[in-house]
Amino acid sequence: MGKELLTGNASAAWAVRLAEVDFVPVYPVTPQTEIIETLARWICDGFMDAKLITMDSEHSMIIAAGAASATGVRSFTATSSQGLMYGFEMLYTVAGWRVPLVMVNVSRGLSSPITLEPDHNDILAARDTGFLQIHCETCQEVLDLILMAYRLAEDERVLLPAFVNMDGFYLSFTREPVEIPDLEEVRRFLPPYRPRHAFFKASQPMSQGVAVLGGLAYSYFKYQMHLASTRALEVYKEISLEFEKTFGRKYGTYEGYMMDDAEYVLVMTNSFSTLGKAAIKRARGKGLKAGLLRLRLLRPFPETDIRDVMRGRKAVAVIDQNVSIGKGGILHSEFASCFCNEEKKPLLLSFIGGLGGKNISPGEFEFIFDSMVRIGETGEIPTQKLLYTEMEWKEMERLKRIAGKG
Amino acid sequence: MEGNGKIEKNSREGIEIMKAPIKSIKDLPLEENLLPGTPACAGCGGLLALRHCLKALGRKTVIVNAASCFTLLSIYPFTPFKNSWLYAAMACAPAGAQGIRDALDILIRKGRLDPEEDLKVVVLTGDGAAYDMGLSSTSSAIHRNLDFYYICYDNEAYGNTGFQWSGATPFASRTGTTPPGKMSKTGAEFLKKDLFEIWRSQKPPYLATISPAHPVDLFNKFKKAEQFNGPKLFIALSPCPPGWGMDPSLSNRIAKLAVTTGIWPLKESVYGDVKHTVVPEKFRPVEEYLKEQRRFVHLFKPERNEGTIKKIQDTVDSYWKLIPARARRRYNRVRNTKSL
Repeated sequence: MGKELLTGNASAAWAVRLAEVDFVPVYPVTPQTEIIETLARWICDGFMDAKLITMDSEHSMIIAAGAASATGVRSFTATSSQGLMYGFEMLYTVAGWRVPLVMVNVSRGLSSPITLEPDHNDILAARDTGFLQIHCETCQEVLDLILMAYRLAEDERVLLPAFVNMDGFYLSFTREPVEIPDLEEVRRFLPPYRPRHAFFKASQPMSQGVAVLGGLAYSYFKYQMHLASTRALEVYKEISLEFEKTFGRKYGTYEGYMMDDAEYVLVMTNSFSTLGKAAIKRARGKGLKAGLLRLRLLRPFPETDIRDVMRGRKAVAVIDQNVSIGKGGILHSEFASCFCNEEKKPLLLSFIGGLGGKNISPGEFEFIFDSMVRIGETGEIPTQKLLYTEMEWKEMERLKRIAGKG
Repeated sequence: MEGNGKIEKNSREGIEIMKAPIKSIKDLPLEENLLPGTPACAGCGGLLALRHCLKALGRKTVIVNAASCFTLLSIYPFTPFKNSWLYAAMACAPAGAQGIRDALDILIRKGRLDPEEDLKVVVLTGDGAAYDMGLSSTSSAIHRNLDFYYICYDNEAYGNTGFQWSGATPFASRTGTTPPGKMSKTGAEFLKKDLFEIWRSQKPPYLATISPAHPVDLFNKFKKAEQFNGPKLFIALSPCPPGWGMDPSLSNRIAKLAVTTGIWPLKESVYGDVKHTVVPEKFRPVEEYLKEQRRFVHLFKPERNEGTIKKIQDTVDSYWKLIPARARRRYNRVRNTKSL
């Protein structure tokens, strides 16, 4: 098949179709709904042999998907933001069942105030659940990484559910040329799901999800999940190689952009990385040795890869499109923990930006580069910065005046 | 029906069992699918009801459980069940059942599972999940006509957390969060929510109230339910010795009193049409039921609260007044009430 113009949501739907998913419990929520509508149409038109069923909530949706997976079918579901929060209890539950469910989250800022555009507080709230997390910048990645997520989740060394994340609006509704892989090739890469580990059938009664009393058994099972997730790092690399051999596209645990000789590194995730890459080009034009590291795999966290690639850099600025209220950027903290025991560690700066889909302007990127360079000169590490331009400030003042609060 | 000589003698085909319901407790199958040795409290009415339910359901069953006392029946690495089990969460056991039912159907349809391996999917919840938190997922499972059984063992409070008020708590009951005191002498101020009618409003194929003290009625209802594809719902009033405040040895007696006083009508509904299956010849005063339980002791001590007792009696009387006398006569009557 050649390239087609697909939205991020349509790319997700194509991956589900190519993965020959059996069961899709759904619940609508903006901006994810296009995925489930596309699947519903394909199922009704006979292009997919699957059952799609609308549940009463995301809470019910996630457990239905998990229970079906535990019974032995390949399941898929998708949500976003408030929906993810509503189903949150079930994320821990199905991850504990060790079912290889793949779920798409289309990121969107969390209420309140209720909003539509993206940031990553929704998906990062789920970082401790046991779900693997893969984050995408492009529509092609959405399609490819869902296929890889199934391989990874279903690998017997892993057996954990996985999230594939994309930004609402900026990716979910953006059309890009996407190569739709050939079904036979997908089948070779992703064989049918035939679990040996868990299922329900009459001849073999089985208890799943049973209670434990005391820390002995509880710790045992939690440690197993953690070890399986860290093991998933090497499995991801194997699968990534195989994917490259089959389809010619390569997806490492992170993407390095102009990183070879970079002294100053921006760290970003998801679709706003495109803005970051443009800023890197401009900075390079001015002679600054800048590069960008975009995290693709967030769980398991590729700590060693990050330590290796950051060794010898002068400064690293993490732009968190999220805020842990009262602490700051979530990824900044995770990066800091990678380096804290290194002897020659890069200086680490923290910026919060793009909350609720707020733009990160060229001026703000310049400010970030200036801050990194200035440390070299003054040795003074700036405090964490909340990105907000003067123009935005003035516009907000204007809105407040209209609201009578000026 | 292995282990049940009587029924097999009376019927060559399994299907005849429904046409010829069992008549006596001696006809119950000997097969046990819930084995002894559980951590449930002595005299747990819910456990007895469940034991009978599983005799009727048989071994090819997967139970999807919502957070409740019975979550602690299966504690790693032990289970008292001969069938499969999945602990879901408090609010969404019927949604878990949907996932399993659909997955089994898909696997069988696509030739990946032998139809002989199929399972009945059974939701098992307490009243907290059934009456309160799980109503959304339950209502939508009924609406989708999910082919499943739902057993609610109703001990009229959040029992596993130590007996606090739930939507199933009857008027005037003492619970941990409705203690009778100086400012409010009554205990629980609201009438028990009518889950039977809530469910019935959606016209599921089969719906019944059951009692552990009426195993024959219980068993026959499950056998009748078997013929329907869709939701089959059961509410078992389940005496709870620690919560209700009574000796464990009295569970069966209290369960029977709930029926003979008219407090717990045993009935069924087929696509919305209600039949009472056990109607007492003569109703005993509700007081006989209330005074056996410490949760109602404040209605009698230090002084008798005539108004509240009367209100409970009136509620029961007005319920039965609406049931036509001929409808009552048509069905089995409670015999041997003296044996109480």
